[in-house]
This record gives sequence, C-alpha cells and structure tokens, in this order.
Amino acid sequence: MNEFTPIPAREPPASSVGIIGWVRAHLFSSWFNSALTLLILWSLLQIVPPTLQWLFADASWGGTGSEACKTDFVSPEDGETYRVDAPGACWTFTRVRFVQIMFGLYFASHPSEVWRPVLMFALFGGLIAPLFIPAFRWKLPLGAFTLLVFPFIAVALVHGEWLGLPVAETNEWGGFMLTFFLAAGGIVLALPIGILMALGRRSELPIIRSLCVFYIELWRAAPLITILFMASNLLPLFFPSGVDFDKVMRALIAITMFQSAYTAEAIRGGLQAIPKGQDEASSALGMGYWKKTGFIILPQAMKISIPGIVNTFIELFKDTTLVGIIGLHDFLGSAQIAARSPEWKGYDFEAYVYVALIFFMCCFAMSKYSQHLEQKLDTGHKER
Amino acid sequence: MLEENKVNKAGGRPIPLHRDPKVRGIAFQIVAVLFFVWALWTIGSNTVTNMEERGIVLGLSWLEKLAPFQVGFSPFLANELGQNSYWRIFFIGVQNTIYVSFFGVIAATLLGFVIGVMRLSPNWLVAKIASAYVEIFRNIPLLLWFFFWYFIVFLPVLPGMRESISFADAIFINKSGLYLPRPVMESSGAATIFLLICAAAIAGVVYLARWAKKQQDQTGRQLPVLPISLAILIIVPVAGFYVSGSPYSLEYAQLGTFQLSGGINLTTEFFVVWFALTTYTAAFIGENVRGGILAVSHGQTEAARSLGLHHGQNIKLVIIPQAMRVIIPPTISQYLNLTKNSTLAIAIAYEEIASIWMGISLNTTGQALIIIAMTVGVFWTLSFLTSALLNWYNKRVQLTER
Repeated sequence: MNEFTPIPAREPPASSVGIIGWVRAHLFSSWFNSALTLLILWSLLQIVPPTLQWLFADASWGGTGSEACKTDFVSPEDGETYRVDAPGACWTFTRVRFVQIMFGLYFASHPSEVWRPVLMFALFGGLIAPLFIPAFRWKLPLGAFTLLVFPFIAVALVHGEWLGLPVAETNEWGGFMLTFFLAAGGIVLALPIGILMALGRRSELPIIRSLCVFYIELWRAAPLITILFMASNLLPLFFPSGVDFDKVMRALIAITMFQSAYTAEAIRGGLQAIPKGQDEASSALGMGYWKKTGFIILPQAMKISIPGIVNTFIELFKDTTLVGIIGLHDFLGSAQIAARSPEWKGYDFEAYVYVALIFFMCCFAMSKYSQHLEQKLDTGHKER
Repeated sequence: MLEENKVNKAGGRPIPLHRDPKVRGIAFQIVAVLFFVWALWTIGSNTVTNMEERGIVLGLSWLEKLAPFQVGFSPFLANELGQNSYWRIFFIGVQNTIYVSFFGVIAATLLGFVIGVMRLSPNWLVAKIASAYVEIFRNIPLLLWFFFWYFIVFLPVLPGMRESISFADAIFINKSGLYLPRPVMESSGAATIFLLICAAAIAGVVYLARWAKKQQDQTGRQLPVLPISLAILIIVPVAGFYVSGSPYSLEYAQLGTFQLSGGINLTTEFFVVWFALTTYTAAFIGENVRGGILAVSHGQTEAARSLGLHHGQNIKLVIIPQAMRVIIPPTISQYLNLTKNSTLAIAIAYEEIASIWMGISLNTTGQALIIIAMTVGVFWTLSFLTSALLNWYNKRVQLTER
C-alpha cells in the first residue's frame, strides 16, 4: 500500500507576497489607485523636504539675540548688503524665551527662582511615571497621593508663600505652567463634583435627579468662553463685597464647573455600563445605598469611565487656551506675547509651531494612552 | 422563611422612621431643595446689593438705547452707526453666529465625509494621509488654529486693497475679504413670480424623488433622479428669470480711492472663522463617518453581492443607509459643538455674539448679568433644539430597526 503523501503546497506567486505584494495590494491595486499614489508621493515630495529643511537644517539654534536668526543678503538691484531673516526657523527665539513661554513672566524676570517650577514638574513626572509600570504595586496609594496631596505641594512650590520663598503672585503666573495648573486643577476639583452629579442624575429621587440634570445641562450647553466671562464678570457680584478672587482663581472656578459637567457625563456612561445584577446582588446582601455605591458600583464604574474622563481631559487641556481671552497669559498667550516683544517681532510663526508641537505631543500621547486603557480595562464586565 | 418575612412586614416591629428608605428619600430631597433655594437667594441678594453699590440699574430699559459703535459685518440686518439699539446689536450677533455656523456645518459635513471615506480607502497612502489629518486637527487647540490661519496664513498672503485680485471686475479678493456682486430687486411683482417659479421647481424635485422611490419599491426600476433634478434646478430658475422679466440686477463692488464700496463683502474674519471651524470639525465628523461605515457588518455586503447588487448599488442602497443611523447622532452633536466653538471668533474679532455682545456691549454698558444671561440663553436654546432633533431622529430610527 502506498501511503498518501500530498504534494507540498506551491509557493504563492512572487508578485503577491512580500514587499512587492504589499505594494501592489495597497498602493497600485487599480489604475485609479496608482494615479492617486503617484500624485500623493509627488505632493509629499514637494512639501516634506522643504518643511524639514525649514524646521531643522536651515534653522538657527544658537546665539542669544535675534541677530542669530538673520543673514546677509546682497541686493541684486543696488549691490548693497542687508540683514534679512534667515530662510530657516528661528529656534533661538524659543530657546532664549523658554522660561517665559514655559513658566510665565515672574520666573522669566527672577531666573534664580526657576528651580521651583522645574522641581514641581520633575516631582509630577516622578509621581506619574510609576503608574505606567505594569508591575508597580502601589498604584492606588500613589495615585491618591498625586490627586490629593501633590496639588498642595505644587502650589506651595510655585507660589512660595507657605515655604517662606519669594512670593510669585498668581497674576504673574503664566506659560505652560499655568495651562498645566488650570487643566490639572480643573480635573482634580471636577472629579468629586462630577461623581456626585452622575450619581444624582441616576438617582430614584425625582427632585435630586432634576437638580443634577439642570446642573449638568447648564454647563454643557454653554460654550467655555461664556462661562469664563461669567467667572470674570459675574463672580464678584455673586459674593458679598470684600470676598474677591484673583483672575487665576476665577478661571479655575469656571473651568471646574465646566469640566464637572463633562466628567459627570463620562462617569454616567460608566455607571450605565454596570449590569443591574450588581446592584441587586448587593441589595440582597443587605447593603444600603452608600455602601452599595461606594464598594460595589462606583469602583467598577470608575474603572470603565477612566478612558472617557481622559478624553474629556484632552478637550479641557486644549480648551484652557481660551483663558487668554479673559486676560491670562497661558501657554499660547505667553508664546504670543514673547513673539510680540520688540526684539522678537515677526517670529510668531515659530511661536505657534512650537506651541502646536507641544500640544500635539501631549494630546496625542494622552489619546493613545486612553485607547490603550480602554482595551486593558475591558475585563468583560460591561453590559453589552 | 417566607412566612416569617410576611409576619415581620405585617405585624412585626415597624421600621423606625429614620431607617425607612422612603422617608429618608423625602427628607434628603427637602434638604437639597432648601440648600438650593438658600444658595440662589444668597447669590441673588448679594448680586442686587453689589449692583446697587456699583450704580448698575437692574432692568431692561438700556436695551432700547442706541449703541455708540458700528458693526462691520451684518449680511441681513440693517446696521448703521448711531442707529442701532442694543437689541439690534444682540440680534446682529446672533445672526452672525448662525450665519458662520450654517456654512461651517455644510462644509464640515462634506469635508468630514471625504476624510472618513479616505480613512477606509484600500490605498494605504490615502488612508494614512486622512488619519494624519484627523490627528493633527484633533490634537491642536482650536484657538491656535484661529490664530494660525488668521495671522500666519490669510492676512499676510492676501493682497492689499489696491492690489486686489479681481475676476472680471465683479469679484474682488483682498485683505478685507471677498467682494461679490449684490443682487438688487428691480420690480417686486416680477420678483414674486420668479420666487414662485423657483419654489415650484424645488417642489417638483421633491415630488420626483418621492415618485421615483415608490417606483423603485414597486417595480425595482431605478430612475436617474440626480441628473434630472439637477437639470430641473438649473434650467427652470434660469428660464423663470427671463420669463418673469429679469427682476434682479447686480450691483458690483467699485474700487474707490481707499476702499471697495457696494456689493456683498464677506470679511476675512468671517472667512477665517468659517475655514478654521470647518477644518477642525471635519476631523471629528470624519471619525464619526469612519465608525459608522465600520459598524455595518461585512455580512451585509456579502448578502448584497449575492443578491446581485453591484458595488455602487451596495454602497448606495445597503451600506450608506445603515451607516447613517450610526453617523447622524454624533454628527448632530458636532454641529452643536461647531456652533459653540464659533464663540472663539472673539479672538480675531469676527462680529458674532461673543465678540460684539459679550465683549463690546458688555464693556460699553456694564450690564454683565443680563448680557451674559442672554448669551447663555441663546446657546441653551440651540442646545435644546439640537437634543430635541436628536431625540426625534433616534425615535424615528428605532421604529424601523428590527
């Protein structure tokens, strides 16, 4: 008896595997796609090399003044030599004005105090970094410390009064540091309000529910600018005379109100995803509302809503630029002011590119992280 | 066990009042209401005393006063220096907000669909370019885009008044915007006839579309509705214009010594706000479109192909109608976002509600409370209308769902 031996499978044709196969399938699958591919490659060739040239190769990095970004230009008409802008980007500008763009006017005029915001950001980085290590065990206490204690350390360091350091008044705060304070402060303060409002909106008590719906919809319907105007124009009217908040505080209150409504909606999404059985099972075990909520429902709901909260935080982080309109010098505003100073007039393109790059990196990283969390936290307990 | 429970409920120890969930619920709500009323009352009385101290009269009579400033851009409402009451300024602001949002919504939808479909393209480069577009626009603040388009791109690139780019001396483009010829009505009778003819053409197209749908449902025959409709919509008004005796003439913008006068001027600020809102919102709409198309299961395509529908029919009759259910609700929310984001125009002084009402009018009158309340009221109304529209749509879609 001959044993059956199948002929080994033939290799797929060389044109459908490997690099050639991939290129054929993804770039040249039809005459239309081929034309499109060629057109795009051609335009990329027109755009990308000059952009890179401007960003890096032709850019000026060194020097201390705007002279470093100028070059000699011999006019073909009269043969004289003029000093004109160099063809590349002027990163000398962002380097020289780094402290102003990052930490605001106070630290720009007091270089000896710059270590304070630097230390603050370093501490923050040190606290955040272990949270990304999967094997790290003390995530919860560390996270709680970052949320509850670190804000006070940060304010103490930057403001300086509690530590006996030279005081940096809040109206001189600015730059990326202010953007960070407003966004991070907003989310930390908005979280407890958001949790309460989300629970209230799902409450069985009709009055509580309608009050919470009113609160959430009030802030969600209005654009952030109107809320910032409210805070800067109406807040002083709402409190007895004598009680006054400085500009930064007003903006922080506005941002907290605004953000708490969005946080509440993100958490409500998480609450809705918890199956009713969880609630019924804890009731059957004899738990009251607060025990049920605090030990069973909220921990699960919060876990599910973290990606949603991160997404609202990204929006908030971008939206903090609006405080420039009510007269605060945030990251974007500081860069703009630096680019309008007499010495650096005309370098606003560099300022915008610089701010845009940093915003892009922060927001892109956060959104990728939120997508990653969404996959990781999906333990299959969601109601589908 | 069950018996015991019953006894306990009927004749056993009654639940003490403070542990009865119903009583506790009511008590809790009363406390909440009392707190709410107390907070409102405190804020209210503080506001009244503070306003008295600052000499601001609480009332609406100032709205009738004439505003001492001019609004540059008002496409419909009349607007002359020293002739506008604050009421009119408010309505001009609302008008300009709606005006720019309307065009923004249309353009963002079109661009968003293109981006969304591009992200699903089988061509790797096209898909990557679309996703780069989405990431770049979504991760950079809108305000920065406003500044970038205004200060870096359009203001430096557009020519000055004297060097205006002109097309046949009818359309001009320069730093202060786009100038178009303005239609001027010659005779109101003829204009009425002309408008009636246009309305009849639109009604005819709607009727045709319905009739064609019915035909298709009954017989399966498809009519070329789109070319016929386009032909009707172009030929009938053009013919009607001459039949009714040319009721409109065009007023061209004239290049004077210092400025262009006459015609319709769409300011650069208007254009930049429209452009920035469109490009930004399109990134979000593109993601909705992509998600909606991906949500239609592949089995639908396979079933359509096995029924003998070709690729175009599959897209038009099977994929798009089902994807629309997923795409439309979040896209309507994006329309509301676009409208809310148009308030950023205050940064480059396009004259919408935030800039001429909450900005300039607040500064000239000091009536912060009423001005901000009216502004928030506008957005409340818009957001209420949007959610009503969403609910209506969701209900309608749910009915047809299996």
